[in-house]
Amino acid sequence: MTTAALTSRRRRGRAGFGTVQGKALALRYVILSVVGVLLLGPLLLPLMAAFKAPGEPVFGQGASLIPREWSLDAFVQLFTQTEIVRFIGNSLIVCGLTVVSALILSTVGGYMLSRRGWKGRGIALVVVLSTMIFPFESIMLSLYAQVRDLGLYDTLPGIWLPMMLGPFHLLLMRAAFLGIADEVEDAALLDGAGEWHRFWYIFLPQVKGSLTVVGLTAFIAAWQDYLWPLLITQSSGNTTMMLGIAQLQSSFGTDYRVVLAGAIAALVPIAIVFFFTQKYFFKGVEEGGLKF
Amino acid sequence: MATLTDVKRPPRQTERATKKRPRTSGKDLNGAARFRPAWMPLLWLLAPIGVVAAFYLYPFLNIIFLSFTDASPLSGNGDFVGLENYQFLANDPVFWNAVLNSVVYAICVVPLMVALPLLLAVLLKDHIPGIGFFRSLFYIPAISSLVVVSLAWTAILKDNGTLNTTLMDLQLISEPLPFLTGRWFLLFSAMAVTLWQGLPYYMVLYLAALSNVDRSLYEAAAVDGAGPIRRFFTVTVPGVRIMMSLVGILTMIGSIKIFTEVHLLSNGSGGIGGESQTLTMYIRSVGLDPTYGSLGQGAAGSVFLFLLTLGLLLMSQRLNRKAEEQ
Repeated sequence: MTTAALTSRRRRGRAGFGTVQGKALALRYVILSVVGVLLLGPLLLPLMAAFKAPGEPVFGQGASLIPREWSLDAFVQLFTQTEIVRFIGNSLIVCGLTVVSALILSTVGGYMLSRRGWKGRGIALVVVLSTMIFPFESIMLSLYAQVRDLGLYDTLPGIWLPMMLGPFHLLLMRAAFLGIADEVEDAALLDGAGEWHRFWYIFLPQVKGSLTVVGLTAFIAAWQDYLWPLLITQSSGNTTMMLGIAQLQSSFGTDYRVVLAGAIAALVPIAIVFFFTQKYFFKGVEEGGLKF
Repeated sequence: MATLTDVKRPPRQTERATKKRPRTSGKDLNGAARFRPAWMPLLWLLAPIGVVAAFYLYPFLNIIFLSFTDASPLSGNGDFVGLENYQFLANDPVFWNAVLNSVVYAICVVPLMVALPLLLAVLLKDHIPGIGFFRSLFYIPAISSLVVVSLAWTAILKDNGTLNTTLMDLQLISEPLPFLTGRWFLLFSAMAVTLWQGLPYYMVLYLAALSNVDRSLYEAAAVDGAGPIRRFFTVTVPGVRIMMSLVGILTMIGSIKIFTEVHLLSNGSGGIGGESQTLTMYIRSVGLDPTYGSLGQGAAGSVFLFLLTLGLLLMSQRLNRKAEEQ
């Protein structure tokens, strides 16, 4: 769905049409704030219950939205009575593997797919593009059989293997390399730079923005994935963060504060990353049509 | 590999050289492309294309193959059984119920997901001070994972959750509404989660499309006396029509394969007796259940899911073309 790449950042600069001033501006801020509350309320309000002290009703009659007494008791329980540290560790391992493999494979592949004049380029592109028409959900059972036959059922590499490279990432890097002029490559060639040198010293430094987008999206996709780890793992030893906090629903159903504390623990890392790298997020959405 | 001596003495553009590479004709190619040996691209693409072939293309072909076998989730590839799995699906009321749920899901979600983010984007398009802050703030639901969002919404929608408590305090209802257990209630609750989580993402897509709408059209419409609502329908909507159909296609594909929201809101059960199960949930439970499961039947369901997606995709393309002609 790369057709989402309908805009360029330069054009966005003059996106505002008609200036908003005076009363209209004040009204706009009021509307924005109301919508903001409606959008964030359903997430932040329930999460606040995680800070309630033990004994305070979490739900039902007499429960307040905002804790009467703020307490970190639920978080203490989360880290002492569950294997949350292990879940986080597992997720970080899978995320690390995914980011590294996505970066290496998408740059190497995207670079060559962006170069013209060699046999088989058309076929290679068709192979990559054809994978975009079927949803993951329709191939998940054969992936399961494949990973099982490799002897990787219920292992961390088994979680990582099928998502080591997204076709999106390949196409994103290809688009980035396409933007580099042929003359730059020829100049490097005249200076005696071989294929690898041209790739490493000339091309790669010019696509740092796209590299960041690929790395970020690979990390977030791996951190947030739920369905695939659910299929391919069984023991708590290889449970990822998302699976782990979802399972709290069963094991801590009576003390929902702990479940919500787990949700916060899963949300905070992504929120922090988001606030430092926003422009790459939006770049990824606009240029690659990437959905996290 | 292009060596230094090659560079000093570039090959002459003889007729033989052009005959050797008839498809690339040489003229429009830059130097690096002409010096690249034929095996070089294969070397570079071995790993990336290999991964795509191994984990996207092969599984796709294999799922079709598996759908004609009696493979079990535990081991082996099973024996050929012809169309038995498809016959099983055709006669399984649980399967058709799951298909119905997924289709209803798409029918309800798609129109709202096309319209609501556009309104949000119109609200955010003007460059007023602090707009970047609001754009980032509004994007938070989209970066929160579905698991986190579903757990938070469970707290709101439980029998004794915030929503039921509030409605009972207001004396609007006397019994808690079964948001997470009723057959349709559960699906509608999951739709609310999907919508709420997807809004900001599609909003960003619309913002990109809106920035390409010619601003003079707005000025012309304003001069002609068109109010904000009139301008929205005569300038904004036609201006982002292509994006609207893209969002429609994306959300339709996303809704047909819906899984996580329904799975988590019902704590894995798909509602009482699994009657709110979606197609993906059905594929998983039929294909992978260790005792009753049959990978072959699950694979047949997967092929159905793919064909359904493809069919809807082609249908929406046709509708688009018709709309364009009119």
